[in-house]
Amino acid sequence: MCLGVPGKIMSIDENAIGMTMGKVNFAGIVKEVCLAYVPEARVGDYVVVHVGFAISKVDEQQAADVFSFLQDMGDLGELNIPQPE
Amino acid sequence: MKFVDEYRTEDGAAQFLRAIETTVTRPWTLMEICGGQTHTLIKFGIDQMLPRAITLVHGPGCPVCVTPLELIDRAIAIARRPDVIFTSFGDMLRVPGSESDLLSVKAQGGEVRMVYSPLDAVKLAQQNPEKEVVFFAVGFETTAPPNAMAVFQARQWGLKNFSILCSHVLVPPAMEAILGSPRNLVQGFLAAGHVCAVMGYQEYEPLAPKYHAPIVVTGFEPLDLLQGIYMAVKALEEGRATVENQYTRAVTRAGNISAQKLVRQVFAVTDRQWRGIGKIPNSGLRLQPEFAAFDAETRFAVGDISATESAVCIAGEIMQGLKKPHHCPVFGAACTPEHPVGAPMVSPEGACAAYHRYGRGFSA
Ligand code: SF4
Repeated sequence: MCLGVPGKIMSIDENAIGMTMGKVNFAGIVKEVCLAYVPEARVGDYVVVHVGFAISKVDEQQAADVFSFLQDMGDLGELNIPQPE
Repeated sequence: MKFVDEYRTEDGAAQFLRAIETTVTRPWTLMEICGGQTHTLIKFGIDQMLPRAITLVHGPGCPVCVTPLELIDRAIAIARRPDVIFTSFGDMLRVPGSESDLLSVKAQGGEVRMVYSPLDAVKLAQQNPEKEVVFFAVGFETTAPPNAMAVFQARQWGLKNFSILCSHVLVPPAMEAILGSPRNLVQGFLAAGHVCAVMGYQEYEPLAPKYHAPIVVTGFEPLDLLQGIYMAVKALEEGRATVENQYTRAVTRAGNISAQKLVRQVFAVTDRQWRGIGKIPNSGLRLQPEFAAFDAETRFAVGDISATESAVCIAGEIMQGLKKPHHCPVFGAACTPEHPVGAPMVSPEGACAAYHRYGRGFSA
């Protein structure tokens, strides 16, 4: 139930009672999603969507963190251990 | 798929595994809280790739698994009423109650519908003014903002025929209950990334030093989990009981402020019963008095419910990290996904279902 899926915002609009909704594309499947909890999100941004609600915006800069972490570990030589043939 | 595929590479996994191998010098037991993470760990075989010194135990983060039996029986009783359309996330429909489950109620002619979002339930209430629409509001901090919004919207639309059967639970009090138990085996936690996306991770900051257990906020893809494990093991090896954030692309320390605001407006903190574990103080949410009109429990008097638990199911011990699914005497025998005895065999987030599906714990 807590699996959020990242998708890209295609459009943003308001429903009849003023709630921010949007169309979000998940690798080709487009769904109507409530964007009320990510007021800072714009068309083109990626959001993590959970039961029809965007619960957070994906930070594109931080998204590379995992890889720069690996890079840094490599540079520090932590991973330069001999590998069995 | 962007932000998914790149966190699944074999190269990256191999690098993290090597880093973990060079860091670990003695046995450690880590618990991942979230059932979604349990599933990924087992599906990708991460549990089997790790050095033997590291034991992963699987936490209570499976909403279907911890929803009290009494409430499932109550849901079944409400769903049987002819004036009711009972709505729920799909996972809940097959959970065995004392005598039946929601799917059987549907098979017997009850109006039970699976919804993707709680807003779909609100829509059903608008479209069916002659019916009472009830939504089974279960889950952790991740589903609380959607469910709060559903109630809030129902009030704005002036709907008199919408209510929720509420069984919300909160993660930090459960972690504290596990860490504080004299039988506790967990030395470090992978905290659930999406719970923290909503709530931030300030609540964990007093817990880590109090129980000498590092807590790493962790994402859901294989590389996220491997990095989370690496960070937790490194902290343990260095004797640090700190809170760290692996999942920086979706989680900030403060969390999602607008979501927290609506959750507080609609819900208040309350004691909750956790199936298999027992009552944990301040570990759940109930509707605020201002929204009491939307409470299905008071709207539908279904009489006294006396729930009877299965005598063999050890789900409670599994979710506290004391046992593994295959330690259960009926795992894979009397209890299978087709004929589940306990809730963790039903939900895709349940540890028993994950072990069964990916062949863990069967003797060779
Ligand atoms: S295998 Fe079935 S009966 Fe045993 S703990 Fe898991 S859900 Fe309960």
